[in-house]
Amino acid sequence: MHLDFSIVTSSLPYLWKGFQYTVQLTAIAALGGLVFGTMLALARLAPTKWLANTAAGYVNLMRSIPLVLVIFWFFFLMPEILQWMTRADRPVQIGAERTAIITFILFEAAYFCEIMRAGIQSIPKGQVHSAYALGLTYAQAMRLVILPQAFRNMIPVLLTQTIILFQDTSLVYVISATDFVGAASKIAQRDGRLIEMYLFVAAVYFVICFTLSFMVKRLQRKIAVIR
Amino acid sequence: MTTYIMNWGVFFEELPGGGEKYWQLIASGVVWTLAVSACAWIIAIVLGSLIGTIRTTDKPWMVRFGNAWVELFRNIPLLVQMFLWYFVIPEFIPPLKRWIVSTNPANAQFLAAVLCLGLFTSARIAEQVRAGIQSLSRGQRYAGMAIGLTQPQLYRFVLLPMGFRIIIPPLTSETMNLIKNSSIALTIGLAELTFRARELGEYTFNFFEAFSAATLIYIVIAMTANRVMALIERRTAVPGMIVGGGK
Repeated sequence: MHLDFSIVTSSLPYLWKGFQYTVQLTAIAALGGLVFGTMLALARLAPTKWLANTAAGYVNLMRSIPLVLVIFWFFFLMPEILQWMTRADRPVQIGAERTAIITFILFEAAYFCEIMRAGIQSIPKGQVHSAYALGLTYAQAMRLVILPQAFRNMIPVLLTQTIILFQDTSLVYVISATDFVGAASKIAQRDGRLIEMYLFVAAVYFVICFTLSFMVKRLQRKIAVIR
Repeated sequence: MTTYIMNWGVFFEELPGGGEKYWQLIASGVVWTLAVSACAWIIAIVLGSLIGTIRTTDKPWMVRFGNAWVELFRNIPLLVQMFLWYFVIPEFIPPLKRWIVSTNPANAQFLAAVLCLGLFTSARIAEQVRAGIQSLSRGQRYAGMAIGLTQPQLYRFVLLPMGFRIIIPPLTSETMNLIKNSSIALTIGLAELTFRARELGEYTFNFFEAFSAATLIYIVIAMTANRVMALIERRTAVPGMIVGGGK
């Protein structure tokens, strides 16, 4: 069999555009998921029963169905929801790329929620009590005392989850969004060069993810020493 | 104004071709999901235990091989691995390629999905097995050596039985991950549950009902797997050790 990697070099600009979308999607989903996930974690730990139950229900639902199915769900539901929200005449189409961003924020929030919940619960009770003793309100205690520590303790886990997210974003392929894998597979199918293209994609992902997880491991050791 | 019209009776309507009903379409998807998951699980547990175990031995080349295995499967997206197994690897193995061309496509898709998910999950299970064995107190290993066990015997009778009991909870979540991940096989055309749900939606435009059914079935499968693993955990519990398993 004859391998010809010139297909990769000749389509680099297109692949680069796909890759930029992958990075963008990962970054937005990680930040959005972290913010929304932290709010979910606070809701899960709230003394208000219905709030805690609703948050728990959402998280458990998201975690028990496949990401592919979640992507399909949102791809189908989003136009209907937007139609209802904007009172438009017909379902509002926003395209696969933007749908993917909203989907991943809402999906990742469930996973980031569990990480942040573990982080918050790892903070000794005394911290909360002393914050209240200083006269801080609930919001101040969370923002100034608990969440900064929880976040700091969980940085390695959050980063590891982000690496997993980086890999998972490839699944936007199923709604034909042009991420890195999507771009590669479009070129590969057009030119009948599946082998070279998929080997290249696998190598790129491997190098990036391996390097990042190696760095996370080192960071983890560093943090462990300080504490 | 176009609005979505619910029709929960869609599952009992017949397909355009006639004969089969839509619920049978979904049921055949469930069968494929379970078949792929079950076969991949067997590969994953066997290879995962093996790789995890050799990573705890004192042979550096074995440890390195185990580490390389885990890193390889962990750092490439599952979707890309699926493509590699289905499109790329057969090109390098001519007899396999000939079989794929001659056989029913579903067989080739099934084989690729099982190998892909099995090996991917084996890397994750290997990580759990290693952690499980290393979490045992050092005394267990020394005690085994002191009573004259050989290395294989030490693993067979002391370390593995204890290690496996410890990692039943993470193995449960890996099992559920495997079932969820099997949906990625739809990208190579395997007609599993998510594939069939989308197909039903495309035929009838009743996407809401189709995805609801799939969601419900995934939840039921996950809960069943959870209960089965909890049962195993309680059945295999060593008296005097703390066990979970939803008592």
